[in-house]
Order: sequence, then structure tokens, then C-alpha cells
Amino acid sequence: MKTRARIVAVAALMTAMLGACGGSDSTSDSGASDTTVAAGMTELGAGEGAVNLIAWAGYVENGSTDPKVDWVTGFEKETGCKVNVKIGNTSDEMVELMQSGEYDGVSASGDASLRLIAGGDVSPVNTDLIPNYADVYAGLKDRQWNSKDGVSYGVPHGRGANVMAYDTTTGTPTSIKDMFDPASKWAGKISVYDAPIYIADAAIYLMATQPELGITNPYALDQTQFDAAIAALKAQKPMVGQYWSLYTDQQAALEKGTVTLGTSWQVIVNLASANNKNIAATKATDGATGWSDTWMISSKAKHPNCMYMWMNHIISPEANAAVAEWFGEAPSNAKACALTADKNHCTTYHSDDEEYFKDVWYWTTPTTECLDGRTDTECVPFSEWVNAWNELRA
Amino acid sequence: MLGAPLGWMVVVYLGSLGMLVVSAFYRLDEFTGKSTGELTTENITTVVTKAVYRNLMFRSVAVAAAVTVLCLAVALPVAFYVSRLASRWARRGLIVAMLLPLWSGYLVKAYAIRAVLEPGSDGAGGGLMRSVIGWSPGFGYVSVVLTLAYLWFPYMLMPVYAGLERIPDSMLDASSDLGAGAARTFRSVILPILVPSVAAGSIFTFSLSLGDYITVKVVGGTSQMIGNIIERVLLAPNQPLAAAFTLWPFAIMLVYLAVMARLRAFENL
Repeated sequence: MKTRARIVAVAALMTAMLGACGGSDSTSDSGASDTTVAAGMTELGAGEGAVNLIAWAGYVENGSTDPKVDWVTGFEKETGCKVNVKIGNTSDEMVELMQSGEYDGVSASGDASLRLIAGGDVSPVNTDLIPNYADVYAGLKDRQWNSKDGVSYGVPHGRGANVMAYDTTTGTPTSIKDMFDPASKWAGKISVYDAPIYIADAAIYLMATQPELGITNPYALDQTQFDAAIAALKAQKPMVGQYWSLYTDQQAALEKGTVTLGTSWQVIVNLASANNKNIAATKATDGATGWSDTWMISSKAKHPNCMYMWMNHIISPEANAAVAEWFGEAPSNAKACALTADKNHCTTYHSDDEEYFKDVWYWTTPTTECLDGRTDTECVPFSEWVNAWNELRA
Repeated sequence: MLGAPLGWMVVVYLGSLGMLVVSAFYRLDEFTGKSTGELTTENITTVVTKAVYRNLMFRSVAVAAAVTVLCLAVALPVAFYVSRLASRWARRGLIVAMLLPLWSGYLVKAYAIRAVLEPGSDGAGGGLMRSVIGWSPGFGYVSVVLTLAYLWFPYMLMPVYAGLERIPDSMLDASSDLGAGAARTFRSVILPILVPSVAAGSIFTFSLSLGDYITVKVVGGTSQMIGNIIERVLLAPNQPLAAAFTLWPFAIMLVYLAVMARLRAFENL
């Protein structure tokens, strides 16, 4: 057993006296991959009685948000695995939480999954132990964000586009320009997702307004393109009424009219429109960022059997239909389409329409090697995105 | 008798502070966010030399100072009334009333203020202030200062009250016998005696405000303080850089405490 220097975050006293920082602990080992727990899994044992998940808001619902929305209670009864969920507000937060080793699995977007694989925080998944995997759309399997060298690192959860939420009494936004153009009539009331990955939204804006920059993929920005994106974000800053990372913050701001246009998720719009019927959502005509999420198992999972059962459950036609409808996304299981309450759900969300997803740029981690295939230049890596975002927000 | 608490102090409190300082020197692998085991001073250089971060520090100090001044401006007359003018029974009731807010949760109070300050949209919505006087400062630094001042007010009030309580009546009588008016008495007798009490109270209001990041999130709109950047960087996840950022408030508080010690603040704690 390798010894590990564990840096424990500061005690509460310290928190009150000096710059208060959130309690957390992270390991500082060299990131060697330790995949013995789940990779070696050749057969499923009995459940361990619990499973600790990190998930996006709305992915793990046990009826406490809405009594009718519940795909957890049945799973707990059936398997005996009690589900504990920690909501991750951003991909960066999910990576941080996974590094703690306290969780069994995570619903990772592409900008988290690659970092988790590289850091050895997640293990390969033996999909033979997940019967429902057979029904997952072929187009979602073994993609660059959920596998490495042909080895699967998780099961696809579903996908969708980040939408623009707006108050219908203020007009109807159509283009991402409404979020960035200084002349936008929503200036001052705009709500922006508070994470470095939002720089990609600025890149999409530049793709629409400054074609001479030659951006072909919002996650593959060379220094010139990146600087232009940061300039667009700086110009946007005075128009921003709120930077949100906690989904309930944006929901409340939309309901109360503190903001009237913002980058959002369909689930937030659904929740907000229940209290304020003027809240609606639309996808920008110029393209949008989006996600294709993957349930991954921690390399330090204490409840691997329960995690496998959960991965099988969440892509089962019933659960996958329920979560897709609640969150407002395309399911990953083809059979889920027959089980949604709204029979048109899969058509509305283009679950099998690769054409539609052509201008949806799934969140992914930018690297020095350009993701758009350019080899004559270096791209700005994600660590620089994080620094730039920190500076922008400071 | 003192062994156990002192041991706790050294190991847990100073130990974790020491680890915090040390962790600021670690280098992270940029992709996986894990330590590479190398040491670097890059983090420190970043937080000290970048203009945006320095401005953030100045802004945080300004907010903390404004909160302190506001708390003091309200605490002085209130404490004076309670300790000198109120009847004995009214005094007890007032002391309880002043301490009462300390017994309710931080978040409860922050969100209560949020409900008061909510700006709403043009012509619709909004919180108590908007519906009563038709105006609200909105979410921003003004609201942050108001909310923090409300949250930490008792911490300023209590030492000031205790300081006033200790001034013997005879001293004030002597002042008026010598011909000083109320203003002169306040300036030349009461205020000098109160300096250590005010300094003690200001340590609470200043340090608690300097490190706060939750109030900023609740009523700050797009505002940011030092605590927010620390939280953000910690979740990035980049603990070494977050640790480097904490060295700022650490240094600021050391200076502040040194100044307050000269003002004899610790004799009144």
C-alpha cells in the first residue's frame, strides 16, 4: 500500500478567521491508475447495501423534489442498495469530489470524464455485466468521451443541448448574439453559467459573428481565438445580472425576474415554469454547447456491486425514460422512447437524430493538441481556461 | 490541565495552518488536477502579481472596512443608550433583543435580508424594500455590506457596550463639572476609553467580513470577494492555488491584529 500525503483542509476556526474556504480534502498522489476494484469484476456479487453517487441536479430523484418523480425508491427496494446522492454543480466540482475517493460513481460530462480517466479516478466498466447496455444507441457507445483505447469507462446516460431560458414577456431570443451583443435588449438581466467551460459559448458566438477567426470547434481554440473569446466575455460582463452555478439560484432568479435571459438546462426551465408560467426555453440557432453524459465507477468504489446495479438501472428503459423526461434530454436507451409519458419526447429531443446534434458541441476537455485536428498550431489547454475564467470572475 | 487543549491548539490548529502554507507550494498536473510531487512558487507569484487578484484583495478589504465602520456607527449610540440612559428593566430586555439574532442561523438571516433587498424586474416582483419604499440597492456590494453589517453587528455591540458600562458615572460628572458639554465629554472622555473595546469589536466584524463568501453569493449578484475565489479555485480543483490565495487574508489579518494589539484590543476580549 502506497503511502499518501493527505492534505486536510482547514479547521472551522481557521475558516472564520481567515479567508473562508469550503471544507474538502484531496489526495496528492501522483495519479497512478489503480483499477483493481472494478476492472477485475467478472461477475456481479451481492449488493453492499448502499451506493454513493455524484450527479447532476435532476439525475437521481427519489420523490423528494416531486412525489411523482422517483426512479430511486424502486431501485433501493429491489437491490437493497441505499442511494446517497451529492449534487455536483459543475464538472470541475465533480472531478474534485471524485478525487476524494468517497464516492462510488459519477454522472460525468465530457469535460470531466477525460480528466477522471487520465487521473485514474475511474475504472473501466465491464459492460457484459450491464444487461441494459445492449439497448443503448450504438452512436453513443465507445466514444472519445466515454472510452479509452477501445476500453469502455462507463455507460451513456443521455444527451442534450444547453438552452437559453427566457421570460416570454421580455421577447423571444433566437440567437446566441442575444447573450453577447452589447445591444441586446436583455442587457443587465442576463444569467451566465459560472464555469470555465462557458468560454466555449463565447467561442460559438464568435463562430457566428467573426468567421474570419476560423473557429471550427469551440473547444479547440488557439491563442488568438482564445483571446477573442475572453474579450467577448469581458464585453459581456457589464450585461450580466447573475453568474450561476447552483441550479436553484438560477431558477429563483428567473422566477422572480431578477434575470430574464440565461444559459440554462431544460430541467431548470421546467422547475421555474411551474412557478412562473412566463419562463420558456429555446435552443440558439447558431448552435449550442451541450452534454453527453456517462455514468462512471470510481477506482476506489466501496460499493462496486451496487454501482454496477445502479448503472444498469439508470439506463433501463423505465428509469432512462423517466430521467430523460424530467431533465429534458434525449435518453440513451432506444427502448426508453416507448415509455415516456409524452410519446413525442424522443422526437422532440432528437434522441436518434445525429443531424440535430451536429451543431451541439458536447462539453469536452480542451487540450494542447487541437481537438479539431489542426496540427500546425497549439491549442489553449483547459488549465488555461480555468485561469482565464478565474481572472474574469475576480 | 492545559496540556490537552494546548496540544489540540498546536496540532490541529497550527498544524493545519502549517499544512495550508506548505500545500501552496505544490505543483499540479494540469490535466488530471493531481499533485506532481514537485515544488513551485508559481502559485504564490500568481496571486501576488496579477492585478485582477490584487484588486480583488483591495475590494475585499474595503468591504470589510465598510462593514466595520457601519457596525461601529450604529453600535455607539445604541450601546450608549442601553448602558447609560435605559431604565434597568428596559436594559435587560434590550440586551436580550441584541443578542437574539446570534441564536438564529447564518443562512436564515442572509436569506431573510435577500427577501428584503430583492430588486425584481422592471415594474414587477421585488422584495420588501421595493414594495415599501419603491427602491432597493439591488444585488451588489452595497447589499453585501448591509447584510454583513447586520450579521456581525452583535459582535461589535457587545464589546462597546461592555466598555461603556465600565465607565464610572463620576468620570462623566467630573467632565460636566469642568464645563464640558455632551459632545466634548464624548470626544475627550468616552471615546479614548472606548478605543480598546472598539478595536476588539472590529476584529470580529473585520475578520468575519473579510473571509465571507456565502453572503456574497446570496445578495452579491455578480460581486466577488476573496472567499469566492478561494472556493472557486478549490473546486477547480486546484488546492495549491487556493492555499496560495488564503495567504492574502492570512497576511492581512496578521497586520490587522498587530495594529489592534497596539490599541490594547486584547485586554478587552
